[in-house]
Amino acid sequence: MTTTVLIVDDSKLARIVAAKAITALKPTWQRIEASNADEALELVSQNHIDVALLDFNMPGKNGVELAGEMRKLRPSMPIALITANIQNEVVAAAKAVEAVFVAKPLTQEGLQDFLDSAARALPAEHS
Amino acid sequence: MSDSTHHREPVKLTLTELERDALAELANIGVSRAAASLRKMIGQQVILSVPSVEVMTPKAAAALVGEREGDKLVAVQQAFSGSFSGRALLIFPQAKSLELVRAIIGPQVPTEAVQDIEDEALAETGNIILNGCLATMANILNQSLSVALPEVLRGTGPRLFEVAEPSSDEGLVLFLYINFSILDLDMRGYIAMLMDLPSVANLRRLLDEFITSVMDDGTEDLVTL
Repeated sequence: MTTTVLIVDDSKLARIVAAKAITALKPTWQRIEASNADEALELVSQNHIDVALLDFNMPGKNGVELAGEMRKLRPSMPIALITANIQNEVVAAAKAVEAVFVAKPLTQEGLQDFLDSAARALPAEHS
Repeated sequence: MSDSTHHREPVKLTLTELERDALAELANIGVSRAAASLRKMIGQQVILSVPSVEVMTPKAAAALVGEREGDKLVAVQQAFSGSFSGRALLIFPQAKSLELVRAIIGPQVPTEAVQDIEDEALAETGNIILNGCLATMANILNQSLSVALPEVLRGTGPRLFEVAEPSSDEGLVLFLYINFSILDLDMRGYIAMLMDLPSVANLRRLLDEFITSVMDDGTEDLVTL
């Protein structure tokens, strides 16, 4: 079964950067993308998504609010919050919804640990 | 390299969608880092809006800020030079200036003392935010910029955006609009980069190179459901 990762960022360029890093690290994973929280929630409720990478600063709902809503739909899905904004309040809010911090600008090295641990958490049929 | 032609030939003012996207994203990363530093200084969360980017004339930028914030503005200015040169401005309404300084130095300092160190505190805040933005842009674009010490300016929009030599009034402002608020201290801040045409053209070329380097492989097979 294919592993599907959702990339959510209002910047097209940032989505391209994320897609490129994911492809390099997990070439067999399928990637889908959304440019805002509403689109992302629709994708998560209608599709099988295994892993999510969320931008923090987006128009409408921010990445932490989005992570909270995704968490209700998918209690154990690995979620990463991609941001350079590491204020205590943002860190605490992300922790509360079990989202992992990954630094922006996104690099393969920065993403590797999160994707590896997400892969380990997937059910065996994804291997 | 065709830099010499930029002085005479008109440069297209409109950025492509991807150039604008790239610039907004660089600014977003820079300001997010700056917000995290500012958070440490004031002990309160700094909330940022999504940045928007416009290229406009200094006159239009002055009018835009004036319309929204009135005539009494304060700005922290830092000159920068390198492969693109100009000055960066952090602008907010003067009425909020003391409140911001108060937030930075804390409630125990008497009001007269706050006034005494107002400019110093503003310069330091501006330095953190503007340097965060400029250094992030420079790093991601693989350039080095030297950034001068901050200065505090007060006055109307036209005064803040005034261009030094009258002959260079065709200069452009790259206007990054970011709304930042600090809890109940409802402050709107604006960040503007004032550059001449050759610098805007150089920055644009660097953005294009950056976009190309990001786009160069493996991204065509994205699945859209």
